[in-house]
Amino acid sequence: MGNYSYEVENLNLWYGDNQALFEVSMKIPYREVTAIIGPSGCGKSTFLKMLNRMVEMIPKVRVSGTIKYNGNNILENYRAEELRTNVGMVFQHPNPFPKSIYENVIYGVRIQGIRNKKKLDEIVEKSLKQAAIWDEVKDRLHTSATGLSGGQQQRICIARALAVEPDVILMDEPTSALDPISTLKVEELIHDLKDKYTIVVVTHNMQQASRISDQTAFFLNGDLVEFDKTDKIFSNPMDKRTEDYISGKFG
Amino acid sequence: MNRRISNNIATSVFILCAVVMIATLVYLLGYILTNGFAEIDWSFLSSNSSSFQEGGGIKNQLWNSFYILMMTMLFSVPLGVLGGIYLAEYSKPGKITNVIRTSVEVLSSLPSIVVGMFGLLVFVQYMGLGYSIIAGALALTVFNLPVIVRVTEDSIRSIPLKQKNASLALGITHWHTVKTVLVPAAFPGILTGVILSAGRVFGEAAALLFTAGLSTPNLNFTNWNPFESTSPLNPFRSAETLSVHIWKVNSQGIMPDVLEIANGSAAVLIIFVLIFNLSARIIGGVIFAKISGKK
Repeated sequence: MGNYSYEVENLNLWYGDNQALFEVSMKIPYREVTAIIGPSGCGKSTFLKMLNRMVEMIPKVRVSGTIKYNGNNILENYRAEELRTNVGMVFQHPNPFPKSIYENVIYGVRIQGIRNKKKLDEIVEKSLKQAAIWDEVKDRLHTSATGLSGGQQQRICIARALAVEPDVILMDEPTSALDPISTLKVEELIHDLKDKYTIVVVTHNMQQASRISDQTAFFLNGDLVEFDKTDKIFSNPMDKRTEDYISGKFG
Repeated sequence: MNRRISNNIATSVFILCAVVMIATLVYLLGYILTNGFAEIDWSFLSSNSSSFQEGGGIKNQLWNSFYILMMTMLFSVPLGVLGGIYLAEYSKPGKITNVIRTSVEVLSSLPSIVVGMFGLLVFVQYMGLGYSIIAGALALTVFNLPVIVRVTEDSIRSIPLKQKNASLALGITHWHTVKTVLVPAAFPGILTGVILSAGRVFGEAAALLFTAGLSTPNLNFTNWNPFESTSPLNPFRSAETLSVHIWKVNSQGIMPDVLEIANGSAAVLIIFVLIFNLSARIIGGVIFAKISGKK
């Protein structure tokens, strides 16, 4: 396993003729929180979606380079389904299925073949507790998940991702559609989860990045400009462009 | 002209159009139902039609209409739903997909009399099925298939992409995502489309004239063995449906009560089509509420 969940080397990505990522190389440490910041269109979401290969959903995508996940190159001879059961993802807009809370959480494990009712009940309780939403929903597990508030829906989605027991969780601006209190809850949750999971968070909110992450990567126009400890990036950045961005001169 | 006046004119034009549509529908339904309702009684629905005497019923025609409808749905629903899923989820944008989609569109705009002639050549003569229920059902399948493909494709495409992403990101395969996320969410839309198309099939006449035929052999409603020639279930016998009956009675009928029979049959036909339409709305609504769990 080693100390890194991901080792990315010379990653290039094109959408048709437009190159969206240029020679990106970075190592994402095991069981820490890595934040990815940068202005809109800098490639940060594209990079995140590369890590579980969701980017393949978009037509006409081409990729070169290597991405090693736990030492194996996921761009060669690697089944996307296998990767995605180990690498969970939380999206910008909460996207629970229009089913009950219970059905949402067990959706992934049920398809993996777990049928035992008692086992499923345990998984639901454990995942919802880990996602810090058990107390709010334990009395209405069989009502619709779409009837919850946005913040609750997002934590249900996190619970759904945790239920299949991944070791990495990718989050694509997970709080940008949430109110401040829900945002705070999700941030606390991220803090709790890093004991057990490697977490990669894309955010456009620099305060958030500085609050929750151990290291921060700054992307600009498809280049990885700087990648370092979060304290270092926000107090003493090496690159002039990073300094300009975090001090609000552009973006 | 100032903006308020033009706004008022636009509003009036839209209201006028709506009124014209509603008035036409109400007049048509009212005319058919008031003229036909008096003719409908149990003996009209449950007795055989007569060729020249007064007092014939529509028992066989009504049975034939439902039997052909059922058989058409048996052919066209599985094929159409799977085709729609293919177009929505599996086909890659490109030449072949365009050819398929254009073919579906052309099929759906074929005049039904042309479908009938095609059925006569291919199913009745070339395949040797003769004037039969199965030939009629195959012709109606040609006519109905594109509608179901279209409805299925549209229903699946209208599901938000984030639902599909949520499933794929959990490591679920494409097939399981289609099966457990997309098709269930699209189901109310597909079902509504299928029921509406059933109304269209039920009232179709032109495509059946040359395929299912203009007559029905004597049926024995106590014999349910589909392989016997007098059985109502025999798919290889000719079968006159209700709408074909209306056309035939009006154009060739020599019974003294031609008008009454045609009016009564038309009313029965319209009532069933209305039932299909209303039940499509109600069932679709109920299932949608159930699936989305709004309680």
